[in-house]
Amino acid sequence: MRKLFAVFTVVLVIVAIWYAAAVKMNAKWAYDQAARAKVEISFSELVKDTWAQERPVLPAPHQVMTELWKTTVGKKITSKRSLIFHGWITLEATLLGFITGTLLGIALSVGIIYIRAMDMSVMPWAIASQTVPILAIAPMIIVVLNSVGIQGLIPKAIISAYLSFFPVLVGMVKGLRAPDHMQMDLLKTYNASKSDAFYKLRLPSSVPYLFTSMKVGIAASLVGTIVGELPTGAIRGLGARLLTGSYYGQTIQMWAALFAAALLAAGLVALVGLAEKSVLKKMGMVR
Amino acid sequence: MMHSDFHVVSAKDLCLTFQTNDGPVHALKDVNLQIDKGDFVSFIGPSGCGKTTFLRAIAALENPTSGELTVNGTTPELARKDRAYGYVFQAAGLYPWRTIARNIKLPLEIMGFTRAEQNERVERVLKLVDLEGFGNKFPWQLSGGMQQRASIARALSFDADILLMDEPFGALDEIVRDHLNEQLLKLWSSTGKTIGFVTHSIPEAVYLSTKIVVMSPRPGRITDVIESTLPKDRPLSIRDSQEFIDIAHRVREGLRAGHGDGANDA
Repeated sequence: MRKLFAVFTVVLVIVAIWYAAAVKMNAKWAYDQAARAKVEISFSELVKDTWAQERPVLPAPHQVMTELWKTTVGKKITSKRSLIFHGWITLEATLLGFITGTLLGIALSVGIIYIRAMDMSVMPWAIASQTVPILAIAPMIIVVLNSVGIQGLIPKAIISAYLSFFPVLVGMVKGLRAPDHMQMDLLKTYNASKSDAFYKLRLPSSVPYLFTSMKVGIAASLVGTIVGELPTGAIRGLGARLLTGSYYGQTIQMWAALFAAALLAAGLVALVGLAEKSVLKKMGMVR
Repeated sequence: MMHSDFHVVSAKDLCLTFQTNDGPVHALKDVNLQIDKGDFVSFIGPSGCGKTTFLRAIAALENPTSGELTVNGTTPELARKDRAYGYVFQAAGLYPWRTIARNIKLPLEIMGFTRAEQNERVERVLKLVDLEGFGNKFPWQLSGGMQQRASIARALSFDADILLMDEPFGALDEIVRDHLNEQLLKLWSSTGKTIGFVTHSIPEAVYLSTKIVVMSPRPGRITDVIESTLPKDRPLSIRDSQEFIDIAHRVREGLRAGHGDGANDA
């Protein structure tokens, strides 16, 4: 109950600051309009106006929430203006990218553990891959794939996988190496094979690490997909909503899409968290 | 080779040198020792005296640099493939994602025992270490002493004749340790296994062993081998007897002599 109260207080403070900022940032437009109409506006009129403009610099919270409501609940999901429709497009590519990235990360980590050449060479490249700005790479991937006739879901999923494989790789290398010398020696005294050591010791040891990395990875996947939707002027997906919003100065639409993306990310991370809890519980690792 | 057929473990002029960045470290130098069937041999000495290294060499976890080492009349590697020994480490090292029963099954799965045989063996060794009814518990649900008993059960499960124990009770408090020592003696006399036991504790070594090997460091070597005159049946109270105190005294003398090359310890 106390925790809930604390959370509620923080939210309240943020909303208050937001409303105040909306007045300040949208005031110029309101004053300009008033000047053009040659009227004086009082403070209360100013507040009323700044919280209800059609294209505000900073939309007020209730405007964003109304737009969010209208474009999710208020629209058919087949509509081009439904955020659920666009969210689904983004989610599809995110999930495909996340699964690909996770599998790639696991495969690379297993290679690093067992193949010395990979141990020496893969990590620097993986780190280098993440230092390249994704915004620079994304258009190239999309253009190149488009020229060979691949477009839509796949290029976005590739960008998404490009971002999500890395945390999984780092986490899994650490997880697969988590068993100490004593554990490995113990298996040696049983004459255990390499595959025994992998399936009975290394893999189960790495499970908690895997889930932690997947939580980071799935959020990165969503970011990757949205970035992948920006450069092509895509017409579908949350990224496209952000882009068209910025073309036409539809700040309310942009903020609504932004919130939808944040909610989606939170939901996905929570889902991975739930899977983590149930798997670890099944393994007996939750007290 | 005829000679080593009589001994479970036989070391002749055994040397083991580790190459480190600070130069070679002589972990074992000219070690000669025979362990016979049914012996309970303790290795005692300060850190760096090579007691753990010797135990690991018997288990083929370290490779001697020179000299001869046989286990059951053959090389340590072959002896391991024959499942000659079970090894107990200082930490229980149970897998947190496996129940006690499934932890004990780990070596059995690797060695290819049938499901029915696995279950039968788990029941048997759990009884041996007094953990009946704890098979379905996870390690974190057990105390440190019980976890170490489970790890001993795991080492016993595949019927090795030799039990190698590297400071198995070192991390436990004295009351638990006394209790486990008593249980270990009982287990030893009922199973007739040959036990190699590394320890830091003089009373523990004297109480448990039929043979106490006193070692000293730099280079790691044996300074004294004491054949215990204590009877096989040993209640905890034997530790107050004159005989016990005399043997403990000789061990202490041996440890001091090993340190004696510098007068700084006087």
